[in-house]
Amino acid sequence: MNTIASIAHRLTLESSLMTLIKNKVSEGAKLFLGPVIGIVAFLLLWATAAQNIDTSLGKFPGPAAVLEQFYSLYDDHAAERDKATLFYERQDVRNAKRVAKDPSYEPKIRQYTGKETFLDQIVTSLITVMAGFLVAAIIAIPLGILLGLSPAVNSAFNPIIQIFKPVSPLAWLPLVTMVVSATYVSDDPWVAKSFLNSMITVSLCSLWPMVINTSIGVASLEQDLKNVSRVLRLPALTHVRKIVIPASIPMIFTGMRMSLGIAWMVLIAAEMLAQSPGLGKFVWDEFQNGSSDSLARIMAAVVVIGFIGYLLDRGMLQLQRIMSWDKNSGAI
Amino acid sequence: MSIILDISKIDMVFPTPKGDFTALKEVSLKIAKGEFISLIGHSGCGKSTVLNVVAGLYEATRGGVVLNGKEVKEPGPERAVVFQNHSLLPWLTAYQNVELAVKQVFGKSKSKAEMKQWIEHNLALVHMDHAMHKRPDEISGGMKQRVGIARALAMEPEILLMDEPFGALDALTRAHMQDSLMEIQAELNNTVIMITHDVDEAVLLSDRIVMMTNGPAATVGEILDVKLERPRNRLQLAEDREYNHLRSAVLTFLYEKQRKVESIDSKKSLSSTPAQKEEATV
Repeated sequence: MNTIASIAHRLTLESSLMTLIKNKVSEGAKLFLGPVIGIVAFLLLWATAAQNIDTSLGKFPGPAAVLEQFYSLYDDHAAERDKATLFYERQDVRNAKRVAKDPSYEPKIRQYTGKETFLDQIVTSLITVMAGFLVAAIIAIPLGILLGLSPAVNSAFNPIIQIFKPVSPLAWLPLVTMVVSATYVSDDPWVAKSFLNSMITVSLCSLWPMVINTSIGVASLEQDLKNVSRVLRLPALTHVRKIVIPASIPMIFTGMRMSLGIAWMVLIAAEMLAQSPGLGKFVWDEFQNGSSDSLARIMAAVVVIGFIGYLLDRGMLQLQRIMSWDKNSGAI
Repeated sequence: MSIILDISKIDMVFPTPKGDFTALKEVSLKIAKGEFISLIGHSGCGKSTVLNVVAGLYEATRGGVVLNGKEVKEPGPERAVVFQNHSLLPWLTAYQNVELAVKQVFGKSKSKAEMKQWIEHNLALVHMDHAMHKRPDEISGGMKQRVGIARALAMEPEILLMDEPFGALDALTRAHMQDSLMEIQAELNNTVIMITHDVDEAVLLSDRIVMMTNGPAATVGEILDVKLERPRNRLQLAEDREYNHLRSAVLTFLYEKQRKVESIDSKKSLSSTPAQKEEATV
């Protein structure tokens, strides 16, 4: 009798444990199952389709070929770094010898001028996009606040904004290049011209969403809050600092997220066209190179570009959640 | 008693696409120091417009407002406003909301420690000292309104303007708030103009009830003196003959005398004229 009861007890315990585990698993499944199925289906479709596409550079790369290129790109990077280390070691030895012979000799330190690896290009692109985006933000947010505060200024600027907003980066690029090479003349340049070209093009294209969203955010400030400010007789600058900017933070961030997305897309195109260092140049070089690995390498770059774009967006969203008082605004 | 505020013959005309709309016509009112005045009337009769003119948020088309011998031309902290829907800055805590006002008004005359003490004193006055570091979205509607009142009181206004301060609250919270306001009033003896829809609230709180006629061209209809003794207790007053008499006087004005004016014609003109626009912006 006793044993039967204890077995029954254990059974119910076990079954309740089982349901608990089942529930946990199904929760996890709900979260991950969808994306996993989606990705697996996409990889299968990609692999099948790739086999059936013949190009002059061989078959279109499937997922396996791209993965292989990731390894190879990393190996290239490591090899290039080794070469650089060796170069500097040889240089040091050589200089030491010269100094030993002739103490008055001042050793010359030369930079290693090997080719930029895939990882170097990623870093260059990230720096460029951030610089371009920051320049745009520094111009766009104050301008947006000004436009939002004054309907008169807004109506003056609006036609210009509407016309420049849809312009493709590729149309700006030649103009930017010519202007930069004409005006940025220096024997000891602080940054490379190519960097400036890409950066300015990125800025020009990512200005607009920030300007527009900021101005809308500022213009839609609640009348009640304006009245509070008027009753308190807040000076103009305090009004902007204490009321206008905090109130429009959610809209400013929406604009910044849109702008950063555009900035990243524009940058790749600008680098391709202008041959400025970066991921865009990597893609273009591989295309010109035309080896049997080229397509797989380009595809690897595509994946990386997409992934970085996604991370940039997530990063911006996190920043918005930290900075914004309105916790609902960063929901999407 | 000395007259602190003189509203003299103000007209308010709003331009609309269909022509001018006269919201107020020859509104006159003199208010003594320490008086609690209620403005009561049907929706859209221009009560809020009167308050906004006194606040300086609107400029009267004709006539003017004189406070302590000076004409009102722009808004200012000596005419603090408690807005209908609290109007707290949602990104600041209760304390910081009051601080913004205190810094602006007393930034030069009070030291940091004095300001801190003054902010805390005002929040304690409205019984919000326990939640002063909470943000507006973390506290209830009644509590937000308390903070709004603390912010207005902290400006040490010469006159306190309240635009239906308890209109958006439930009946129980509203009763609490009215009691709190009477307590504060007993202590500080502020001059107050309060807009209300609520007849009981008007009789309970006021020294005088100013009843406005229906718009367009609304004006002061009747003024009722409320000579009930203070402190007032809502439970005792419910049985009080004088209280009930006053209550029915206000009700008679609103539902008999002013109802007749509200013919179909005026209703039509109300719904198609900027009465609504005015409501929306107020």
